[in-house]
Amino acid sequence: MITATNLSKVYNGTKVLDIDHLEIPEGQNLGLVGNNGAGKTTFFSMLLDLIRPTSGNIFNQDITVNESEDWKTFTASFIDESFLIGYLTAEEYFYFVGELRSQNRADIDSFLAQFEEFFNGEIIGRKKYLRDLSKGNQKKVGIVAALIGDPKVVILDEPFANLDPTTQIRLKKIIKDLSEISGTTVLVSSHDLIHVTEVCERIVVLDKGVIVRDLKTSEATLKELETYFSGEQIPEEFKETAEVPAAEAAADKPE
Amino acid sequence: MVGKLLSLEWKSFTRSASFGKSLGLKIFMIFIAVYFAVMFLFMGIGLYPILKKIYPDNDPLLKLNEFILAWLAFELIFRFFMQSLPVVQIKPLLLQNIRKAKVINFVLLKSLFSFYNILPLLIYVPFAVVVAVKTDYTAVSMIGWAISVLFLSFSINFFNFLIKKKFAEDLKSFLPAIIVILALAGLEFFNIVPVSEKFGIFLNYVLEMPYLAILPIILCFLFFVWVKNTLKRKFYLDAGLKTKQKEVKSQDFEWLKRFGEVSTFLQLDMKLIWRNKRPKTTIFLSVFFLLYGLLFFTNSVYEGMPVMYVFAGIFISGVFMINFGQFVPSWDAAYYQMIMSQNIPMRKYLASKAALISFSIIILSILSTPYVYFGWNILLIIFTCALYNLGVNVPLLMFTGSFNKKRIDLEKSPFMNYQGTGAAQWLVAIPLLAVPLGIFYLFYKLFSFNIGLLVIGILGVIGILLRNYLMDRITIQYKKNKYAMIHGYKQTGD
Repeated sequence: MITATNLSKVYNGTKVLDIDHLEIPEGQNLGLVGNNGAGKTTFFSMLLDLIRPTSGNIFNQDITVNESEDWKTFTASFIDESFLIGYLTAEEYFYFVGELRSQNRADIDSFLAQFEEFFNGEIIGRKKYLRDLSKGNQKKVGIVAALIGDPKVVILDEPFANLDPTTQIRLKKIIKDLSEISGTTVLVSSHDLIHVTEVCERIVVLDKGVIVRDLKTSEATLKELETYFSGEQIPEEFKETAEVPAAEAAADKPE
Repeated sequence: MVGKLLSLEWKSFTRSASFGKSLGLKIFMIFIAVYFAVMFLFMGIGLYPILKKIYPDNDPLLKLNEFILAWLAFELIFRFFMQSLPVVQIKPLLLQNIRKAKVINFVLLKSLFSFYNILPLLIYVPFAVVVAVKTDYTAVSMIGWAISVLFLSFSINFFNFLIKKKFAEDLKSFLPAIIVILALAGLEFFNIVPVSEKFGIFLNYVLEMPYLAILPIILCFLFFVWVKNTLKRKFYLDAGLKTKQKEVKSQDFEWLKRFGEVSTFLQLDMKLIWRNKRPKTTIFLSVFFLLYGLLFFTNSVYEGMPVMYVFAGIFISGVFMINFGQFVPSWDAAYYQMIMSQNIPMRKYLASKAALISFSIIILSILSTPYVYFGWNILLIIFTCALYNLGVNVPLLMFTGSFNKKRIDLEKSPFMNYQGTGAAQWLVAIPLLAVPLGIFYLFYKLFSFNIGLLVIGILGVIGILLRNYLMDRITIQYKKNKYAMIHGYKQTGD
């Protein structure tokens, strides 16, 4: 279970993240959506203790992430290409991450076998350093590496971006299976509303660092999200009426 | 249009990563540039008297002419390794409304203004002036001569790019040229035909008939056109603009497995060092500086100054420690976020870095045993200094590493590259070298050479005994600076 309380981050006097309370139960599949600058990556980075919160705390299975390193044993993540080691080949990278998660080579080899289809023959045995792979293929490596060693919590930032359609469909199945079959808590952020509604059982919408919607995914969710995000482009005078919940949430937290 | 391109160029220079944002670094870079420029200028001025001294019977100018071809050959080799045509930079211009020919012209002409072309200018021109003033050669002759050698040098500039381009794709097509060069070198070397001397005759003619200087200009122009045409055909994403990709072989460094739990990181570090340009040169530097001791131990000047021996000892056994260690953990900057969020306790990560550096000290000490030739004393100094490095300097470097916040691009050449260099790098030199030298000097003056050495050794042993405690303290320091480091490493520009 992941809990964030009174979490905020201020850069030069601007609040980029301000979460009063967010609780993610174990095994939940949570999607984080929002426009650029909404605070998705900031939230993930704080969860991984890469950014120090200005105030508040994040607990990962009751461990305060910026006080103890113990959460690292069961948490895996892929945020962007800076999580890859450019001068390793894909296999070497998998083995390296495997060793960190106490998996030997045979474990990794059999683990990778199930992703043969996902890799589509472009990753394993290509004799290329990761830095020379295309963006999409780098992403595939990063995502799969984040699944090594059955982590209890998996964090993926924009996993669908840069992937080809076939891989996107395969990735959706992988993510769904993670929470449904293995009971993994999965946190995904995306700009693609269709993907995220298909994959996630719960969707949290961030706007300028504030949670403006917290939805349990249903048939109507996609429509609701689309209305919400198209509402952003409504001229200023209509905006107030169209965005009542957002305005309310913002009013709760005067800056 | 050229003005726009020039302004782009100026921005790429002043905003480049190696130039950095910090004022101190800028001043330092300017200082280095001025230093070299002045050195070459003095060389240009001093060359005539020097040649006169060495060859009192000959005309120094004619003697120099005999050497010009050999010099040009050396220049070619030097340029081949150091200078490259920055074609990749023009990729963003590919889509814009600029004619290809213009871009290529610009890149090629720009190359004339590189540091490598300014240096010969600083030698030849003052030399020509000195000769014109001091001897009977007329100013016109010397202008012709200076133009000739300069344009020969510029020809080499373009010729180098040609070789590099051809070299990258097809060695065979260039084989004839290489054979000709080797044949000329052979003729010269085995004294069959003094090629360089014969070539010098041309320059002698230039002195008599200055208008002949037009020939090197034509040569330079021909090379220019040749390179230009070659580049124009290569102006595609999949041809000239692509950086080379080699098929890579997996190495596992399996033998490192025996080092237990840090072995995973040692393997990673070995790959880091072998597969990336900048860390790789630290290895070559280490081997090179292993010979550095010869400078000290053979020179009688230092005989009465054992402090210099201690300096050499610290340096020989610690050169890898200094070159690699001062940038820990910036080597991992590109993926530092991953290291920090993976299942890697900070303590273990740091322990593995310390282990790598410690191994290097031990290996370098073992490799330096031939210095026993200069006396057991020397070997004792080196080993004691190695002990001090292991005990004191390794934890010290690990500690100062926690203040490293500047990213390092592993693939950039390390020469004249001050990326990743901050105040920490300069400050650490003081305790790293000055403290052991000072302590030794104190005890050497107060008591004796042996006592001085003993104190250094004891300090090293104390450090080794305290290693665990020190590493704990250092780990706390790294945890404290973690966020600032992550933030710093994300700044790709600086």
